[in-house]
Amino acid sequence: MEVPIQWYLLLAAALFAIGAAGALTRRNGISIFLSIELMLNAANLTLVAYSRLLAVRTGQLVVFFVLAVAAAEAAVGLALFIAVFRQRHTIDVNRINLMRW
Amino acid sequence: METVIFLIFAALALGSSLVVVAHKNPIYSTMSLVLTLFSVAVLFVMLGAPFVGVLQVLIYTGAIVVLFLFVIMLLNLQRTGRDDSRMAGQSLQIIVALGGAALFALLIALALSRTSLPPVQALTADMVSLKLLSRQLFTEYLLPFEIVGLLLLVAVIGATVVARRPPQADTTTSYVESTKGSEP
Amino acid sequence: MAGSTTPDLVATLVKYAVMFLVFINVAPIMNWVERRACGLIQDRPGPNRVGPFGLFQPVADALKFMFKEDVTPAAADKPLYLLAPVLALVPAFTTFIVLPFGPDLEVGGRLMRLVIADVDTGALLFLSIASLSVYSLVLAGYGSNNKFSLIGSIRASAQMISYELALTITVLAVLMAAGSFHLGDVVAYQRQHHVWNVIPQILGFVVFLVASFAETNRLPFDLPEAESELIAGFHTEYSAMRFALFFQAEYTNMAALAGLGVTLYFGGWSLPGVHVQGLPGAVLGLVTLVVKIAVWMGLFVWVRWTFPRFRYDQLMRLGWKVLLPLSIVNLIAVAAMSLAGWI
Repeated sequence: MEVPIQWYLLLAAALFAIGAAGALTRRNGISIFLSIELMLNAANLTLVAYSRLLAVRTGQLVVFFVLAVAAAEAAVGLALFIAVFRQRHTIDVNRINLMRW
Repeated sequence: METVIFLIFAALALGSSLVVVAHKNPIYSTMSLVLTLFSVAVLFVMLGAPFVGVLQVLIYTGAIVVLFLFVIMLLNLQRTGRDDSRMAGQSLQIIVALGGAALFALLIALALSRTSLPPVQALTADMVSLKLLSRQLFTEYLLPFEIVGLLLLVAVIGATVVARRPPQADTTTSYVESTKGSEP
Repeated sequence: MAGSTTPDLVATLVKYAVMFLVFINVAPIMNWVERRACGLIQDRPGPNRVGPFGLFQPVADALKFMFKEDVTPAAADKPLYLLAPVLALVPAFTTFIVLPFGPDLEVGGRLMRLVIADVDTGALLFLSIASLSVYSLVLAGYGSNNKFSLIGSIRASAQMISYELALTITVLAVLMAAGSFHLGDVVAYQRQHHVWNVIPQILGFVVFLVASFAETNRLPFDLPEAESELIAGFHTEYSAMRFALFFQAEYTNMAALAGLGVTLYFGGWSLPGVHVQGLPGAVLGLVTLVVKIAVWMGLFVWVRWTFPRFRYDQLMRLGWKVLLPLSIVNLIAVAAMSLAGWI
């Protein structure tokens, strides 16, 4: 193959790092959520890359399940955001600190 | 040819992911996420997983990100401006977080450059066949499949319950009272 | 990988050119058909000034669109506002790549399937690209910086994703019976069984028909863009050429979804009992497909000027509480029939 698998793995690592940086530093709850989706995608890319390397279909099938779980998580997470917003009228995570020390 | 396509879509994915993470307007972040997800879907197809690529577009960009957009528009979230919600020491936290992320990527890069991976075999029709993939899904992975179905059902019910307006306890009338006026 | 050699690329480009030429003419022709049929149903002439029977009306409209003043709201979110009409065209002109338009053609010593995208995941690719058309609605409404546009676009996109579910499950039932996602295989299945899928899967067809009206925002489901409701819904703030792009995208989407419908339920490019090979067969297949799509589009037009509009809550109720359970019932019924060996 022309493109070495290492490049795919490196790209996935870079996407994961960018997503992690976003999830850790953003104040907007939705932006944190978007960064988490980015990290999930990076993991999916790694899984598919390894699936290709080892010539098995396991990686693709695990990605199938990760996709479904990500959908479920997004639905419930956004429902939680709506509920929190109704109470606190903000989703700035610095302000939603009722249970913080 | 393959290298060119990979480079284009990898650059697109990286660039748009930076916009996702950095842009102040949540709508722009979300649209950049669409671009990232689409580029990754193309990379999936290049890696011999067309079904996963199509599913990524269908589920992720076609449904999940639309849900994000809905919530952003319903809650009318504006650009996150600067206000006094910054805690003390937040700048240091940001620097540490970014540094940690960069360190992680660097470690992966180092690890990759020092290991030698086995050579990649050429793609055969069997490897990308949808029939064989689904056969494996419904025999070897049947239990996770059913569990994921149950999980999605739970998520639907949970999301509906969490997001609905709380019922007004003081204005609920009994069924008898509410049907009084409809006597023939 | 197979399919990436130069002759393959040329073949794909030629096939795309053929289908593109068919689908680019849908909007102007439908413009004329819509207005004449509207006149016919409402017992009035319709456009009859520009050319015989008003046949050059689309040309006049195109000229009008080109020369009209392009008004852009001052407080609009410019990048999103400008992106939306362009984004509307992308799914419209990409979804038809999985529709087969003829029997296998002998080209250069090899048998080539007359599908632009000859991939395993045919129908799924159609549905995934079609699901991207929600974004142009959402961005148009948001970018216009107009309350009514926003409401219209939220309603339109909620309607689209609700009916997408019923549509997908109905399509799944047909694919399950045919045993493949590739639409060429679905047509071959119908030819092999000498019966169009509409007969054994009549419930699925009805659900698909209703869902296709809702997917394309056509009456009786066009509340988001109804003239008497929200000004013009999500494309209120768009004038001249940008509106023309939305217009074109809507009609092309209708034609593509009609193409999917005729391929799944009415045998696509094939006529029962007709087995013409080679280039004449390909031409006949293309013409048959176009005629069937035209009949479906005629149905779209007829229904538009006959029925009243659904209210938004009635619409959502229909999509979730009626069509979705019906499509699941259809799926189970098709599975049972398939196991029993009837289809």
